[in-house]
Amino acid sequence: MADEKKEPPKAAEGVGGGSLAKPDAGAPSKSPAPAGAGSGVPAAPAKPPAAAPPKPAAAVPPKPAAPKAPVKPDPWSSPLLDELQKRFPGAISEAVIFRNMPSLNVAKEHLVAICQFLKGPDGGAYTLLTDETAADYPKRERRFDVVYHLYTFEGNTRLRLRVQLGAEEKVASVTSIWPTANWLEREIYDMFGVVFEGHPDLKRILLPDEWVGHPLRKDYDILKQDEAWVKANLGIKSGQ
Amino acid sequence: MPEATFLDANELVINMGPQHPATHGVLRVKLRLDGERVLGTECIIGYLHRGVEKIAENRTYAQFTPYVDRMDYCAAVTNGMGYVEAVEKLLGVEIPPRAQYTRMILAELQRIASHLIWLGTHALDIGAMTPVFYTFREREEVLKIFEEYCGARLTTHAFRIGGLQYDLYDGFERNVVKFCDYFLPKIDEYEQLLTKNRIWIRRTRNIGILSAEDAIALGVTGPVLRGSGVKWDIRKAQPYEAYDKVEFDVPVGEHGDTYDRYLVRMAEMRQSVRIIRQCVERLGPGPIFGKVGKVIKPPAGEVYHSIEAPKGELGYYVVSDGTVNPYRVRVRPPSLLNLQALDKMARGHLIADVVAIIGTIDIVLGEVDR
Repeated sequence: MADEKKEPPKAAEGVGGGSLAKPDAGAPSKSPAPAGAGSGVPAAPAKPPAAAPPKPAAAVPPKPAAPKAPVKPDPWSSPLLDELQKRFPGAISEAVIFRNMPSLNVAKEHLVAICQFLKGPDGGAYTLLTDETAADYPKRERRFDVVYHLYTFEGNTRLRLRVQLGAEEKVASVTSIWPTANWLEREIYDMFGVVFEGHPDLKRILLPDEWVGHPLRKDYDILKQDEAWVKANLGIKSGQ
Repeated sequence: MPEATFLDANELVINMGPQHPATHGVLRVKLRLDGERVLGTECIIGYLHRGVEKIAENRTYAQFTPYVDRMDYCAAVTNGMGYVEAVEKLLGVEIPPRAQYTRMILAELQRIASHLIWLGTHALDIGAMTPVFYTFREREEVLKIFEEYCGARLTTHAFRIGGLQYDLYDGFERNVVKFCDYFLPKIDEYEQLLTKNRIWIRRTRNIGILSAEDAIALGVTGPVLRGSGVKWDIRKAQPYEAYDKVEFDVPVGEHGDTYDRYLVRMAEMRQSVRIIRQCVERLGPGPIFGKVGKVIKPPAGEVYHSIEAPKGELGYYVVSDGTVNPYRVRVRPPSLLNLQALDKMARGHLIADVVAIIGTIDIVLGEVDR
């Protein structure tokens, strides 16, 4: 519990270094050691990039981890994007595709209109809101990302929308378009403190109603908690 | 959202849970009742919240793998599978076929085990006590296979980012095929107990009807969505691992009621057996680990990856800032969003049916609350 801040190069080798190594030791046919996963297999075409602690001898570092040109999202182009830009000029500030998933940065003011359009038949019939979540980037000028993952049954594709918000900014709720968003937005409110305008029932969902603070913000330390609440309700000094 | 009731003065609010045996954990439902009729429900969740997403930001990619097993603890294998695949997608690595087929076998076994828990408890909730003993008997066989493979039965931590930690032990294939042969007739046995059982039909037919439109609007996925007649399975629609290389059907229901969802899940178990048999046939020798470094350090970027978990779409949204710790891990749990449909499904039914509806959604609170 105390190690949450440690820089983990050593621990990071846990690809297999997990605690489960023991129980399997009974199976002698193959080396259960995680390191063996790579080397015990004859056909393994390349050694794992040896970015890690020096391995005994054999690990000939095959050109440090081959850090090819850094993987970057590519610009995305599609008829849908053209259509969006035509209908909502200036609303989309960035359109990229990374690992097969297109992602659009949408201006907050146009969010609901764009969502409405995307859900309709002309916009690709993105009828399923698979997920809505947020992320916190405190160093940025506009701190929060609210991220929407859409899916269309007709086109069988996914699309990510992103709205960037400043610390105190509010964003319109999309519950009227996808009722799914109800609990998802409550969870974002609970964890990040982002307020959704027009949400029918915006209150905490996972944490107790009286809890103070929003745990998934980056400035909320992992050991932090609402001690007053813990003391008053659980009768203990700390939950740790 | 109160609706007009015949005698407003008689509206009664009662609590179901969090210690109610039929809420499958610590779900608390506030029921608004008119007599025995449900006017509305409100779910109060979070009793099992452990801050998994926060923990992830303070662990390395590999260190976080065991945590995901503890969300849907009835289906740890698929939980782990979703996470490691998401990170692999972020890294851009390919997994060797042997590892893929092994993963699929274990994931389908897990689907069977998860559905068996659902079937046993669902029937038990409704009052049929026998099936739970039968289903746990068969689930035990699945858990034995897991135990022999990786030493753990429940929170298996079976997969690693990049492949598998352990190669299969001698006799794994034989055990799996033996299980398949043993298990298929058992499904008929369950069906004999329930499918044509008049009480079962009375308790499940036309209970908790969810139309396809409502299901999609509420973001319901998995067997619940298919029970409503939407033929959508991520294994087919956006195949991961080697699901595009195996043949299986996607069973769907017609009416979207509890009985149809029951039939869908029963059919799914048969399909899982079918997938497992094909995987065992294709399980050739070869490496079990892709090209993944000892230190997992994905490029800066973000991915959303989802798989068809036993309960529905299990998605992971992983954001990397190029360091060894994930910047953000979001879990999109199927149970949470399926549970959101409870209100829609329960309105107008009797209290006793609420128990049946909670059972048919198949929730695990560890995953709802995370």
